[in-house]
Amino acid sequence: MTDRRRPRRLPLLGAVAAAALLAACGTPGAGSSSTPEAKSPSSISTDPATAGNVTLSVWDQEVRGGQNAEITKLNKEFMARYPNVTIKRTAKSFSDLKTTLKLALSGNNPPDVVEANQGYPDMVSFVKAGMLTPLDSYAKVYGWDQRYPASLLDLNRVSDDASHFGEGKLYGLSQMGEFVGIYYNKDKLKSLGLQPPKTWQDFVADLPKIKAEGQVPIMFGNLDKWPAIHEFGVIQAQTAGADAVRNLVFGTGNASWTDPNTVKAATTLQDWVKQGYFQSGVNGTKYDDAAKQFAHGQGVFLITGTWEAAVLEPDMGSSLGMMVTPPPSGQQPTTTGGESLAFAVTSKATDPDVAAAYINFITNAHAGDVMTETGNLPAVPSSKAKAISTNQVEGQIVQGWEQLSAANGLVPYLDYSTPTFYDTITAALQSLIGGQMSPQQFTQTLQKDYSTFHSGS
Amino acid sequence: MAATESGVRERPTRSVAPPPAGLARWRRRYARRSPGEPRAIGYLYILPAVAVFVALVVVPFCQSVWYSLFDWDGLSVATWVGLGNYRSMATDPTLRAPFLHALTLLIFYALLPILIGLLLAATLTRVRVRGLTFFRVMLFLPQVLAMVVVALAFDFIYAPDGLLNTVLGWVGLGGLSRAWLGDFHLALPAVGLAGTWVGFGLCMVLFLAGAQSIPRELFEAARLDGAGAWQEFRAITLPALRPQIAVAATLTIVAGLRNFDLIYLTTSGGPGNSTAVPAYEVYHRAFETSQVGYGAAVGIALTVLVFVLTLVASRLIEGRRG
Repeated sequence: MTDRRRPRRLPLLGAVAAAALLAACGTPGAGSSSTPEAKSPSSISTDPATAGNVTLSVWDQEVRGGQNAEITKLNKEFMARYPNVTIKRTAKSFSDLKTTLKLALSGNNPPDVVEANQGYPDMVSFVKAGMLTPLDSYAKVYGWDQRYPASLLDLNRVSDDASHFGEGKLYGLSQMGEFVGIYYNKDKLKSLGLQPPKTWQDFVADLPKIKAEGQVPIMFGNLDKWPAIHEFGVIQAQTAGADAVRNLVFGTGNASWTDPNTVKAATTLQDWVKQGYFQSGVNGTKYDDAAKQFAHGQGVFLITGTWEAAVLEPDMGSSLGMMVTPPPSGQQPTTTGGESLAFAVTSKATDPDVAAAYINFITNAHAGDVMTETGNLPAVPSSKAKAISTNQVEGQIVQGWEQLSAANGLVPYLDYSTPTFYDTITAALQSLIGGQMSPQQFTQTLQKDYSTFHSGS
Repeated sequence: MAATESGVRERPTRSVAPPPAGLARWRRRYARRSPGEPRAIGYLYILPAVAVFVALVVVPFCQSVWYSLFDWDGLSVATWVGLGNYRSMATDPTLRAPFLHALTLLIFYALLPILIGLLLAATLTRVRVRGLTFFRVMLFLPQVLAMVVVALAFDFIYAPDGLLNTVLGWVGLGGLSRAWLGDFHLALPAVGLAGTWVGFGLCMVLFLAGAQSIPRELFEAARLDGAGAWQEFRAITLPALRPQIAVAATLTIVAGLRNFDLIYLTTSGGPGNSTAVPAYEVYHRAFETSQVGYGAAVGIALTVLVFVLTLVASRLIEGRRG
């Protein structure tokens, strides 16, 4: 099969060259718009009925059971109230939305309202590229700053130079709240002769007792890498306190991850692994599997977010309980938490006033009731939510959310700290849990990422 | 805008008789060729395929090369950095491990499947097995399964209370059981073995096909000379299968180096970064941490690596041609 003729490569090379020319169509991203100007409050129309025929294109990620029911119902109600407005909804799963939203926003005809994830790769980047409209004037007109606690609004703020978030202009509103707490198996606690712990000390003291009885104290699956952020965050919130953690995550870089309290939190987590307070093979167990095993009666506690209640309840029924992470005695409760993705108005929205009116509608008190009916935790619990009995896990979650809001006890997700922090902390946490890193090495790894980001900006 | 009458303006008539000089030259050039030689018209036939290929492969590839020369978050205006991304890639310690892992994975994605494939092919051609087709189908099955299915199956096998640990318990090796995908030293081989399972069927089928074209007389002659199974394999089967081995090596090396889905679905690069691979880093940087330019640069580097390795491997195995 020897072929001595030289293959004719010229036409192919020509095609490649042509394609290269096509590709080199200019600097990527050069077509993006400049920073949009905010409207003054007096020029805002709060009545969409006067806006004429408007099609509102909305991209959200509320695709799971109760969330889908909630947004579908609210959209229908909004259109019934304002027949001149048509909502064109595009629903995508969280990760699909995350990867496609950027492209959609950089196009010439972006959606009017989008659900943007908080954090550097998403909301901060969008603001930097001038793709979102600041909503502060609308907040004034609609009284959003009275509706929401400041700590929740702050999560959706981006600084004027778009270098960090947690302060600055407001770019969105979130419908729902979420916090990481401790689920417990009521039957198991009772059979072990234990009460749901009231303080952090009680909780920590329960772990060896449960272990001694041959039970797994805490179910924990960390193959997916992110769950340990919550596990560690909860511990760190107790050892370091809410202010210190907030200062670390949103701060200007003066705080340090190597401070003794954070080292203590890391030591505690590693110690729990060594003592066997988690089931064995934490790093090799899937988050979903650990939750499933907990729901089927394995382990006494499960430390995770309010979103998991809907998964656990069908199996566990009334034996499922949930509490805000109990604080060290004499202190206010504090735990990792936040809010759902923020509904934001794009800078090319056809009618920003209608878009803002829509966001107002899906976050008001009535919307809170709809969210409660559909099994969600509204960021601002309505009277309906507060009326749920605390014998039910939903009632306990609403109660916990109220306690945290009253105590201003929510601390942000730790991966908000820098654009690359998610990678750094998830990998480092797996190493800490696996015994590959000492608590000191762990905190030094975090600090290195942190100081690189803050010295660079 | 030209005058509106332009549509009805008479078209200039073109003389048909003498073809343009350029075309004549081409015709003369190809007229001299004997039948069966390539003709210019051939390019017309492959034009549709080439157009699709250029639009879907060449253009995106060139775009990636272009993007890799910028510092770009995917949204705002990019800054030209020239070869800056490539320079920082060379010094980036977080990228060294992924590339090293990819090379380690080649043992599981390329070497092992080829060895197993050779063994199976040699056995199946030598021994008359009843229901050969059945075995061939069963052994080839992993190749046709969607990677998601494979990943989920291996998640189940490697889980702390999964199949592997259960079986180890049965045979009295419970002491060896562990969370395989959560073990810093064993996660990479564990994921690799999933790749081996996927890959060996393809190799086997390639080698079986190749082995069938070996003249039977060669084996008979060898047996008359008193050759055993091993000598037969070394002297006849292995050299005859060289081209197939080269093809298998190319395919498996490409599959191994661009391996993304299996890692993404089983470990997401963990525990720590012990199973991070370049293809995962490309996705991660481009879509998750908004470093589109850097991600593109890693992608280009990976492409170059794939090219070089497959070229070297197939040259070495097949020997110099002609």
